[in-house]
Amino acid sequence: MDKFQTLHSTAVPLPLENIDTDQIIPARFLKATTREGFGKNLFADWRYAANGQPKHGFVLNDTRYHGQILMAGQNFGCGSSREHAAWALYDAGFKVIISSYFADIFRGNALNTGLLPLQVSEAVLQRLLARVTHYPNTQLVVDLPAQTLTVPVWEESIPFDLDPYKKECLINGYDDIDYLLSQREAITTYEQHRPWTY
Amino acid sequence: MPKSLFDKIWEAHVVKAIPGGLEVFYIDRHLIHEVTSPQAFDELRERGLPLLRPGQIVATADHNVPTRNQHLPIQDPISRSQVDKLTENCASFGVELFGLGHQNQGIVHVIGPELGLTQPGMTIVCGDSHTSTHGAFGAIAFGIGTSQVTQVMATQCLLLSRPKRMRITIDGELRAGVGAKDLILHVIAQLGTGGATGYFVEYAGSAIRALSMEGRMTVCNMSIEMGARGGLIAPDATTFAYLAGRPYAPQGARWDQALAYWQTLYSDENAEFEAELTFAAADIFPMITYGTNPGMGIALTGHIPAEVSAGETASFDKSLQYMGFRAGESLLGKEINYVFIGSCTNSRIEDLRAVAAYVQGKHKAAHVEAIIVPGSKSVEKQAIAEGLDKILAEAGFELREPGCSACLAMNDDKIPAGAYCVSTSNRNFEGRQGPGARTLLASPLVAAITAVEGRIVDITQYLN
Repeated sequence: MDKFQTLHSTAVPLPLENIDTDQIIPARFLKATTREGFGKNLFADWRYAANGQPKHGFVLNDTRYHGQILMAGQNFGCGSSREHAAWALYDAGFKVIISSYFADIFRGNALNTGLLPLQVSEAVLQRLLARVTHYPNTQLVVDLPAQTLTVPVWEESIPFDLDPYKKECLINGYDDIDYLLSQREAITTYEQHRPWTY
Repeated sequence: MPKSLFDKIWEAHVVKAIPGGLEVFYIDRHLIHEVTSPQAFDELRERGLPLLRPGQIVATADHNVPTRNQHLPIQDPISRSQVDKLTENCASFGVELFGLGHQNQGIVHVIGPELGLTQPGMTIVCGDSHTSTHGAFGAIAFGIGTSQVTQVMATQCLLLSRPKRMRITIDGELRAGVGAKDLILHVIAQLGTGGATGYFVEYAGSAIRALSMEGRMTVCNMSIEMGARGGLIAPDATTFAYLAGRPYAPQGARWDQALAYWQTLYSDENAEFEAELTFAAADIFPMITYGTNPGMGIALTGHIPAEVSAGETASFDKSLQYMGFRAGESLLGKEINYVFIGSCTNSRIEDLRAVAAYVQGKHKAAHVEAIIVPGSKSVEKQAIAEGLDKILAEAGFELREPGCSACLAMNDDKIPAGAYCVSTSNRNFEGRQGPGARTLLASPLVAAITAVEGRIVDITQYLN
């Protein structure tokens, strides 16, 4: 997993609520057996017409908006557990998703992919969406060690929560699997003392 | 201290609590399928890791398999390669596989329970969000991503924070024509598609107790559709009777030991829940969805809301535009093009029986295409043994072979753009059943009546 420290970037606004992982990456693109290459089909049915031409009006086809931060409405990533959704976002160049809350499985998948799910209040999200929509060149600074999202033009730093362990993982590029493998002895001890062995 | 059912099972699986709140959490059963496992097997190879407990993993091919001519090679080369890869991986890592053609093959959440692989008190994971289905047996079961699939393969554990607890109690008797699917669609419509995010839900109350295991599976299956990590129901005599004699259920003295343990699995009086909700069974009517998430459901005889809360107006407007409906209107009389009966929500023998019982001696409307996809080879075999295949064929329904099929349309079973499909599956997301497809979620009974009438009707006028 790549390491994450700070990010200076503009953001892409997608002000819709309940964006499900079927929109992020439709099921028909899940046939690949590797982790790479999903970015080109990110939001495929919103982004491309049936003939493959970019759809006018969708934000990823709007040249005014670019950057490594995606900003979306509440309950981002609901639905299917497909980690391919996080891979597709990462593969398309996003490093941070800002929303007012994330679906549980998506949040875990994003963290395991090195993609930061950055949660702000609904009020802050609406202010950010309005700002970025009207001023696409607004710079944002995500400082992971300090756990702040800074909007320099507002002279404002917004704190965000993150589990301390997951924060260390992102900063250092560690996977959960490294930690779990280090617990092998505790796991085998546990197995000998289970309440009921299936 | 009184404990909830969830607490009892969770605490029995904590290997180690680590500072900061995360826990090393042990997994008893790991179910895998062809779509979310290949990258996990590759990662094990790259890291040179073996499976810690191959005997606790069971595999099947379901998401991406054809539902016609399963005895022939899969025509789509990419799908074929994904299914072949599962076969190769299972062979080289020593995992039991119920592949295409195997008598135990089927949708992963249908075969687990019917084989007795799913048991009370267990922790069960699968790279699929509908793993919550297995909670019907009093298990902690939930969907995981592929990185977590790798973790469970290598260590039989996950690193998790403990979800909050919610109890949803539904008391009373369900009305005629109202089943488990209506019950859960009603609950999701009340909570909204994200309303249980961060929670693990226990379903309780006399209306839940009265449900069959199939009905309980339908309820727990859709827990994820309101954002819950999972859902579970305390095991009882219905659960034990279902499990007795299943191939992977304990037998003899081990059954007696298991039963003694399973009977301790219930929420103690005064157990703590961070959220408690109650509903009256009598307030639940046959349901249907009108929008593009499962929380957008109404009674069949109801109206699409005229407006929604401020936070959700953008997705509300977009979904009505996608569906071709107007705010405030009724769905009664709307013409339907397709009926799909299947998926891990409603493809079990009880669902097929409900459809067959209604359509016997009737015929689907001429303009409707009606597809019925059994959840497993075992369900298919049972349906044929009971003569349901003939009843369905005479009614103009096409009985296919098992798989996830048009629930997520990874295979060729797609609903065309713009067409309306009443579906017994779990998700009505944009494009879920094919690009541009318009899905209305409903129960098997509502689906059967809709197929015959060719349009949305008040089913209470049509009950046999």
